This record gives sequence, structure tokens and C-alpha cells, in this order.
Amino acid sequence: MTDRGKMTKSTDGGRIAATLSRHADAILPEWTAKQLTRGALTDSLVASQCSEFLGLFVAALPGGVGSIDKKEWGPTKEFLGTLSRSRAAQGFSPSETAMFIFAAKEPMFEQVRVDGGGNGDQVAADLGALTSLLDGLGLYTTEMYQKGREELIRRQERDLLELSTPVVTLWDGILALPMIGTLDSGRTQVAMEALLQRIVETGSQIAILDITGVPTVDTLTAQHLLKTVTAARLMGAECIISGIRPQIAQTIVHLGIDLGDVITKATLADAFRIALARTGRAVAKVGGAASIASAAGAGAGVRGTSTAQP
Amino acid sequence: MDRIPILRIGNLLLVTIQVDMHDRLALQLQDDLTSRISTTGARGVLLDISSLEIVDSFIGRMISNIAAMARVLDAETVVVGMQPAVAITLVELGLSLPGVRTALDIDKGMSLLSAYTSTDRDRLEPALPATADGDGSGGG
Repeated sequence: MTDRGKMTKSTDGGRIAATLSRHADAILPEWTAKQLTRGALTDSLVASQCSEFLGLFVAALPGGVGSIDKKEWGPTKEFLGTLSRSRAAQGFSPSETAMFIFAAKEPMFEQVRVDGGGNGDQVAADLGALTSLLDGLGLYTTEMYQKGREELIRRQERDLLELSTPVVTLWDGILALPMIGTLDSGRTQVAMEALLQRIVETGSQIAILDITGVPTVDTLTAQHLLKTVTAARLMGAECIISGIRPQIAQTIVHLGIDLGDVITKATLADAFRIALARTGRAVAKVGGAASIASAAGAGAGVRGTSTAQP
Repeated sequence: MDRIPILRIGNLLLVTIQVDMHDRLALQLQDDLTSRISTTGARGVLLDISSLEIVDSFIGRMISNIAAMARVLDAETVVVGMQPAVAITLVELGLSLPGVRTALDIDKGMSLLSAYTSTDRDRLEPALPATADGDGSGGG
């Protein structure tokens, strides 16, 4: 009992580490069992992740008690970061990811309590230290999870921006700009510049703005579209807006948006037909059914008309 | 003082802006062009701004004004070769130049104007038989 006072004053990380590694065989199955009820990962993978974490945790404990900012926790954090990001990518929720750590509390505490024997103060101090460490690591896991998600979102945003601005040459003198996704100022600006640049390069007289892939149209979106149409007109090209779905037509009227004298068509095929007519061309069937020169611009149609043109 | 040359091609006038437009030059151009339209009886004006890199609201309005003045004098204006950056700037300034015809290049602008002037003349010919020929020889 003489050394009891000393023990209650400070927590010995080495002692907790010894306890945990001595009873690893008891902790790991219980911890793993708690995991499996929550996740869709395979048993063996979770078991190996748990034992790897316990190994790192025990290694860091002797010098790392007090704060997870200490350098001893570097490898542990690195392991948790990889784990969180991979779980985020697999579609696990933040709490499911954090429970990887929090599920370890009960089995660990049980062993600390058993090893502490009747020394209540020592057990309390050890549990306190262990709790703060595990809480810190749990929060770190959530933070990493969030970062993983943010990276994913940023990458998707970038992909979307690149995807959203292809300018397609449908025919000699006819360009199409298939717009996909919500139109904000930045994306419309990029698309507008790309379109105008291509008009100059190709000397195209007609540009078709296809908004089939635009989910909603509000006043701001309509304004962006009209700006693009006006800019193209100033350069001497005519714009046709196509792909207007029934709901969008209703929205446009309800919002009181005046599309002025812009030509609007329901489908890209209709717009292409008008564009061909404006440039003095017509699409005609050439003989057999195989060479249908449809105005939809499908592969077969393109071959059909190109042979007919000269 | 600098002047922007106005060239005559048939019954069209070609104005190519190749220098930086400053305000006095723009006003001078308005004077020159209106008097040339009335002396030559031109039916169309081609305003080539393909070398124009910078515009402001004044230049934008001047283009609009030139077109309106020409229309009063019975000549149609086609603005050709506007650069993308210039077009975006004008749109952002709120100058959409309504009523001004545009074309991608001089070639397309000329065919647009000739289509316009020929249909117009056909319509007028029975009443005023000597319009185009008389103007052409008078100006030359």
C-alpha cells in the first residue's frame, strides 16, 4: 500500500500497454465482434485491422499518454487515416467509421479494471487516460473521414467541370454545346468562352445549346443562357436552344423569363434539322433501310448523308 | 488626324477598324460614314471589327448608333468578325446591340447584305426603276 499514493498521482502508459498486450487475446475477439454487427466488411479484414491497430496503440502508449498530438502517435494516425479514407470511399457513415475506435473501449476498460484489482484510484486514472486517448483518436478518424469525402467531392467537381464544356461539331458550320448539370456562373462562363472560341475557329454559323442535361432552370440560369446566345449573335452566329423538357418550359413561363426571339426546340434532333435547313442542306433517305439519314445524327445517319452530299 | 478609311464595293461600304478606337475617332467615323452613305447612296455598310480587341460602353453605343443612322439613310449595317472577348464584354455591359445584323466574316457579311439588298430592290423596282444603277454611276 505504500506505493499506492505514487500510482494515483500519474498514469503509467507502460503499465496500461502491458495490460493491453497481455490480454490482447481477450480484447480482440470482443472488439471484433462489436465491429461486425455494424459494418459490411469481412470478418478476417476487420480482425486484422483491429490487431494491427492494437499493436500500434500499445507501441505508442508508453510515451504517448496525455495527448494524441505527441509524435509517438504518428504511425497510429497514419493507419487510421488510411482506414477512414478507404471506409469513406466504400460508403460507410462517419459514425460507423468512428465506432471502429469507440468499440474498443469496453473490452479494454474491462481488462484494465481486472488488472487493477482493488486499486480503485489507479483504475480510475488509467481509464481516464485511456478514454481521452481513444476519444481523440476517434475524433481524428472522423476528421480523416471528412477529408476523404471532401477529396472525393472536389475530384468529382473537377471532373464535372471538364465534362460540362465539350463543344461538338455536328456538321460543317454547325456546332453543339451539350450542357450537363446545374449551370452556375463559373461553369457557364467556361462553356460560353469555349463555344465562342470554337465559332471563330470553325466559322460556324449555327450553334445549338442543348440543355437536356440541365436539371432545373431558374432566372439566373436563363440569364446565363441568354448571355451566351447574345454573345454568339454579336459575333454573327445564330443560337438554337434545344432539349427543353416540359417541366422546364413551364418553369420558364412561370418565372416570366423572356427568351425573346431565340429559337427554341424540344429536342436536339429538331434543332439540328433547323440548322441544316438554315445552312441550305436537307436530309434525305438514300435507298435501303440501312442508310437512314436521320436528323438525330446517329452513326448510320452521318454515313448516309455524307455519301449523298457530293 | 487619323481617319478610318471607308471603301466602296458596288453598292456597299466597307469600314475596317484596325486601330484603337478612341472617342474622337469614333465621332469622326460617324460623320464620314453618314456623309458617304448619302453621297454614294450605298445600300449596305460592312463594319469589320475583327481587329478590335478592346471595347467599352462608348464604342458599343457607337456601333449601335452607326447602324441606326445608316438605317435612317436606308442602308443596312452588318457588323462582322467580332472577337469572342469583345462579344462577352458587350453582353456583360448590357449592350446586346438589338437591330444590328452580324456575320462571322466579311464574306458571310457580304452575302447577307446582297441577299438583303437584292430582295429589297426587287420589291422597289416597279416603283423606282433607276435606283441602284443611278446611285452606282453617280458615286463613281
